[in-house]
Amino acid sequence: MAILSLALKSLFNRRYTAGLILISIALSVSLLLAVERLRVESRNSFAHTISGTDLVVGARSGSINLLLYSIFRIGDATNNISWKSYKKFAEHDLVKWTIPISLGDSHKGYRVMGTNQDYFRYYKYGNKNSLAFNQGQPFEQVYQAVLGQEVARELGYQIGEKIIIAHGAGKTSFTLHDDKPFEVVGILEPTGTPVDRTVHVPLEGIEAIHKDWIGGRQVAGLKISAEEALEKNLTPKAITAFLVGLKSKIATFRVQREINDYRKEPLLAILPGVALQQLWDMMGVAENALLVVTILVVFVGLIGMLTVMLAGLNERRREMAILRSVGARPGHILLLVTGESLLLSLIGIALGLLLLYSGLLLGQPVIESRYGLHLPIGFPSMREWIILGLVGTSSLIIGLIPGYRAYRYSLSDGMSMRI
Amino acid sequence: MPQTAAILLKDLRFGWRKNLPEVLHIADLEVPRGERIFIGGASGSGKSTLLALLAGVNLPTQGEVKVLGETINRLSGARRDHFRSDHIGFVFQLFNLIPYLSVLENVTLPCRFSHLRRQKAIEAGGDLQTEAMRLLTHLDMAHKSLIHRPVTELSVGQQQRVATARALIGAPEIIIADEPTSALDSDMRQAFLRLLFQECDDTGSTLLFVSHDRQLASLFERHIALDEINQADQEGQ
Repeated sequence: MAILSLALKSLFNRRYTAGLILISIALSVSLLLAVERLRVESRNSFAHTISGTDLVVGARSGSINLLLYSIFRIGDATNNISWKSYKKFAEHDLVKWTIPISLGDSHKGYRVMGTNQDYFRYYKYGNKNSLAFNQGQPFEQVYQAVLGQEVARELGYQIGEKIIIAHGAGKTSFTLHDDKPFEVVGILEPTGTPVDRTVHVPLEGIEAIHKDWIGGRQVAGLKISAEEALEKNLTPKAITAFLVGLKSKIATFRVQREINDYRKEPLLAILPGVALQQLWDMMGVAENALLVVTILVVFVGLIGMLTVMLAGLNERRREMAILRSVGARPGHILLLVTGESLLLSLIGIALGLLLLYSGLLLGQPVIESRYGLHLPIGFPSMREWIILGLVGTSSLIIGLIPGYRAYRYSLSDGMSMRI
Repeated sequence: MPQTAAILLKDLRFGWRKNLPEVLHIADLEVPRGERIFIGGASGSGKSTLLALLAGVNLPTQGEVKVLGETINRLSGARRDHFRSDHIGFVFQLFNLIPYLSVLENVTLPCRFSHLRRQKAIEAGGDLQTEAMRLLTHLDMAHKSLIHRPVTELSVGQQQRVATARALIGAPEIIIADEPTSALDSDMRQAFLRLLFQECDDTGSTLLFVSHDRQLASLFERHIALDEINQADQEGQ
């Protein structure tokens, strides 16, 4: 203890240099922790893009492909599912609910998704959160739409706005369904998931705007007005995919096998959690690269400390000699110099934590509202403690280098004043 | 029980390495307790080497170093360090103080490492601070303006007095002063020595004073020229 108080005083005596080292360690530690927390939370939020859904079903293709187009609205389906097949499984004994999804159109770059009201009832994301309305309510009629939060914010839409849906998924589509505008009746709360970037319309709406279309283009001469379309049978012939909630989770694999083995149509049922994990693992390389870079930043901070400690050592040989003469043993010298490095890094770590938490306090509301990512301001997780422990241990090991040199000096110099 | 000598050297030989010539060879030297002895010698005569041997920092290649009856060259390194901090106080030529400690912290520094001296200091003064202040008062260093000043701002003479108080705290049996006055002007030198003698008398410490300045030798009870008692062949140097 006596030695540590000496170390503290010696550091205070060099407070400007020590302060600079502290800043670099604190910054690097808070950066490392922030990256780690962002990583964990974005992984979490990613894994919770969809929850409460037991199976995602689409035409047979790859599971990641299915996940990408049905949940993330990225890419396109290879094929559709017939309404008949959908109905068959929707009415299955073990199935509690289904949400049909029909994709293919867009509005100013945002995907339009046809579905039904069960979507607002059963769709869950995050920690089993249901969709909530910021304004308005679910659609009830054919030409009504519910907007995700980002769509409404970016395009400045309010309730009552009329929007035109474009054919196809491109940002600038030249073929517009401009004869059948949709009225915005609801705007959802932010979710931090692709729901925010989606325009939701009834399946019947999708059917209605394509009534006078055959094979992907409007048939010349065949014009069916919005009102006329309402008269016709608007039950879709096909949908893109559907989500399944089961009465009992135990039945998941059984129903999955049943769908995958369905003879009348090649279907694919996936467990969203597993597919999300696979997808995340594909992106994990970038994530790990980021972590490695921040670890290196911490390392650079510690090397800076090493440099300063080693550079100062030669000037301190006299101090070591005095300490030896008043009874300090070489081990004390080792402890003093190593203790200084350790103190520096411990204080640096504490400051880093302080920095992290003040950053979180300031940044949390902004990140939550802009990116839908909730960063909890809780105690450091086990993993974070381990990271901090590793930083502390590395600084101890690094601190042993000048400590050992001082030890060697004090053995060879003894009490003789070499300077 | 007959008092053992403060220092007893018998057939002491020392060379830096086996194949290098010896730098020190003292056949016999005894310093009784309480004596004030002046050890003179030109630089290179082996003064520093002798002090390192007495302090147990270096070990003789042959012979024995007895300090207060203890053959210190037979002790382990840690025990020698202990022995030194318990029984020997040092004053060096220059820059004796730890720059980041206050005057009082510098004076009480040996008590951080030696339990014995800590106890003795507390017995003498009641507590460490009081004892340190008492010694500083004796050395004319107890002014408030001085003891609260950073040690780096003290004059050389003041620094040497603080160092002396540090050497004396906890009443070690032996004080080794290595050229403590060489940085002082002659008036200061006399005053400093008077204070040093007085304090050594008060605590009954043996004073080993090493200097190349032979003018000071007459002030001591006994003086030895190291060049004369060192029988090592100096030609190799």
